[in-house]
Amino acid sequence: MSATGIRDERPRALVTGIGVVAPTGVGTRQHWESVLAGKSGLGRITRFDPSGYPVQVAGEVPGYDEARHVPGRLVPQTDRFTHFAITAAQEALTDARVAPSALPEYEMAVVTASSSGGTDFGQHEMERLYQKGPSWVSAYQSIAWFYAATTGQLSIRHGMRGPCGVLCSEQAGGLDALAQAWRLLSSGSRLVLVGGTDASLCPYGLVAQMATGSLATTDDPARAYLPFTTAARGFVPGEGGALLVVESAQSAHQRGASHYGELLGYAAGFDPRPGSGRPAVLGAVIRRALSDAGLTPDRVDLVFADAHGTPDRDASEAQAITEVFGPCGVPVTAPKTLTGRLYAGGAALDTATALLALSEGIVPHTAGPDRPAPACDIDLVLGQPRPTRPRTALIVARGHGGFTSALVVAGRHRGLDRGVTSAEVTSPVKGIPA
Amino acid sequence: MTRAAVITGVGVVAPGGIGRDAYWNLLSAGRTATRRISLFDASGFRSRVAAECDFDPVAFGLSSREVRRMDRAAQFAVVAAREAIGDSGIELPVSDPGRVGVSIGSAVGCTMGLEKEYTVLSDSGRAWLVDHRYSVPHLYGYMAPSTIATEVAWQARAEGPAALVSTGCTSGLDAVGHGVQLIEEGTADIVLAGAADAPLSPITSACFDAIKATSPNNDDPAHASRPFDGRRDGFVLGEGAAVMVIEEARAAQARGADPYAEILGFAGRSNGFHMTGLKPDGREMAEAIRVAMGRARLAPPDIDYINAHGSGTRQNDRHETAAFKASLGHHAYATPVSSIKSMIGHSLGAIGSLELAACVLALRHQVVPPTANLHVADPECDLDYVPNIARERRLRNVLSVGSGFGGFQSAIILGQPRAARAAA
Repeated sequence: MSATGIRDERPRALVTGIGVVAPTGVGTRQHWESVLAGKSGLGRITRFDPSGYPVQVAGEVPGYDEARHVPGRLVPQTDRFTHFAITAAQEALTDARVAPSALPEYEMAVVTASSSGGTDFGQHEMERLYQKGPSWVSAYQSIAWFYAATTGQLSIRHGMRGPCGVLCSEQAGGLDALAQAWRLLSSGSRLVLVGGTDASLCPYGLVAQMATGSLATTDDPARAYLPFTTAARGFVPGEGGALLVVESAQSAHQRGASHYGELLGYAAGFDPRPGSGRPAVLGAVIRRALSDAGLTPDRVDLVFADAHGTPDRDASEAQAITEVFGPCGVPVTAPKTLTGRLYAGGAALDTATALLALSEGIVPHTAGPDRPAPACDIDLVLGQPRPTRPRTALIVARGHGGFTSALVVAGRHRGLDRGVTSAEVTSPVKGIPA
Repeated sequence: MTRAAVITGVGVVAPGGIGRDAYWNLLSAGRTATRRISLFDASGFRSRVAAECDFDPVAFGLSSREVRRMDRAAQFAVVAAREAIGDSGIELPVSDPGRVGVSIGSAVGCTMGLEKEYTVLSDSGRAWLVDHRYSVPHLYGYMAPSTIATEVAWQARAEGPAALVSTGCTSGLDAVGHGVQLIEEGTADIVLAGAADAPLSPITSACFDAIKATSPNNDDPAHASRPFDGRRDGFVLGEGAAVMVIEEARAAQARGADPYAEILGFAGRSNGFHMTGLKPDGREMAEAIRVAMGRARLAPPDIDYINAHGSGTRQNDRHETAAFKASLGHHAYATPVSSIKSMIGHSLGAIGSLELAACVLALRHQVVPPTANLHVADPECDLDYVPNIARERRLRNVLSVGSGFGGFQSAIILGQPRAARAAA
């Protein structure tokens, strides 16, 4: 008997809903159109005057009006990263056509990733504290700043009373949250609202990010984030993310819900301490994820790269990919050049984009780079999307400090040798919502 | 599922004493470690009491470089992890570091470092456009709480799955539960699981002041934390860390380890009600307890002790008492319940792991730690809360519960390891 309720039989985990708030757009459709068109969401920072900083380009969510997307009461009680999640969650649930109130409350859960919490809210409250005194600090500081704010709010809003969770593993968090959602499906949950958002583009948030030395200081948005190229000089920070509805096949079947695809395999590891002389774990993690998915490398049609944008990390990622798939052995793409790196939102959004790509049969391209650097012997998809009808995709995410995760997803009805279940027969292919 | 998780090493940084022996001495003696806040000038605050750690990082083996790099919470975690690894007898590095995972909980991460640097870069809040030129190189490590897990992974030379679990005040239980998941599903054989928080800074104190969650009993700091007492008036902030080495049971047995306990059941539920408010009926916590008992295959009479969340707020202690009655029925009246927050305060995300460490030590010593400062009965809290004096008792299985902002409710059941059970 399992202490955590995990059963030997892992149920199929279908993605039945997607919601996006990103520099590429508010809403899945706008995001997907931007991705196919290579329309960048990077630009000079507008949320404050960045003139005094060496970093002036970021990926901000365009035209986002929290008053339109977030219930009025919650706007002042939550930070922007939670606003984004509330918005994306609503879209994902609507897309999944699920009414949480009609499902058993303890069999639904919320799992989110957060990399830095309510930074903007926190800077405002620290300003009040130090300028005016402790009694001026908002009563909402305690529930807006902490990393669990989003999960708590979504659980309340949608009456999801199952085993909710919050994982912080920096940029890898989105994948780790999805894996946790899958574990919950293996231990009695039927539906998990899962993903990640971050929004640390306030002055203190930006300055803290700058301290890593990995942010691009180029002030031309078109040249600032060119991963895997000889011109790579760092990455552009962004805000936003994605929420997904992940559901057991049985639950989706019972509801008659359509889906985009499913989670096939996952693995995670942690890089050895710098200076240890031991190799990074990415190659091993990718191999374990493929093994978990029951796929050989030749059955992977597409890789969504982490694309750090710094020469060393790009080279080590490319090396891990070629080590598993061979030189130029698999198409590799990084649509995050359009959004910047979204931290906890990054891999969640990549997973959403991957599922859209699989259901539309198109490999999105990496806008910006012209050709890969000699150190990166990968088939980077450049210039325009490739309509090659991919069936499976690998998503790679690496978080600051050494967090390394890989997730394999499959689209549906793409010729995979898998037993066809009654759920597959009766559940229609999901299209992009209008 | 045949893989079980046992606890083979324990490390503690707690108020009132560093290390698991000092910790158990404090708890079993019923001494309190709450006092007037000394870590910052709290004179302008509503609540000016806390349970602080007398912690000198250099004395505990951290280099000056590590001290500069790490926030206080990360320092706690690393010192606790080192003690736990030493206690377990595991030789590092293990032959396959990819099988070693890390699951560390924290509610507020490296807030202390983040706030301190903020005051420098903002000129004490004067500048919204903070000055990047004075930024320390590890500032990003303060903003990302995952740094704490990174530091523990480096200590353990772990190359398996790693995460920081941040479910508010249940983080310390949920991080251990997550670690057990990794072992049960087979992705790790050893997990460094625990939690750390160091929230004793102005911004965290101010945010609890603002909602009157913390005790204003500033005149009597040593007796300010009064869980289940009729005069309780809020929790007392604490700080610290506990890290445990959990291992796959057969592997632990094969290397001749002497486990403290087996983790028999874990479950979490959310109240889906309010970010800080609790319904008096304790419904979702009761559900978490019932599910954890079901997974452990135990019935209420099998639970010999409940380590309560027992924060000492009016609503929590009532909520929890109702949850124990709802889940254990009449057996709740026959089961000793205690809150060690009466002694070491409430260290937010860390406390769940500190409480599990207390349960582990209670199982080893067959002693129930008491609820200190409990003198005045509350008609709504009518269970056996083990007032003031520790109690010897046969302990086979113990339950630890937590409740957190965001609505999180978690329950873990620990039992005597199989060998001890078989011998008994």
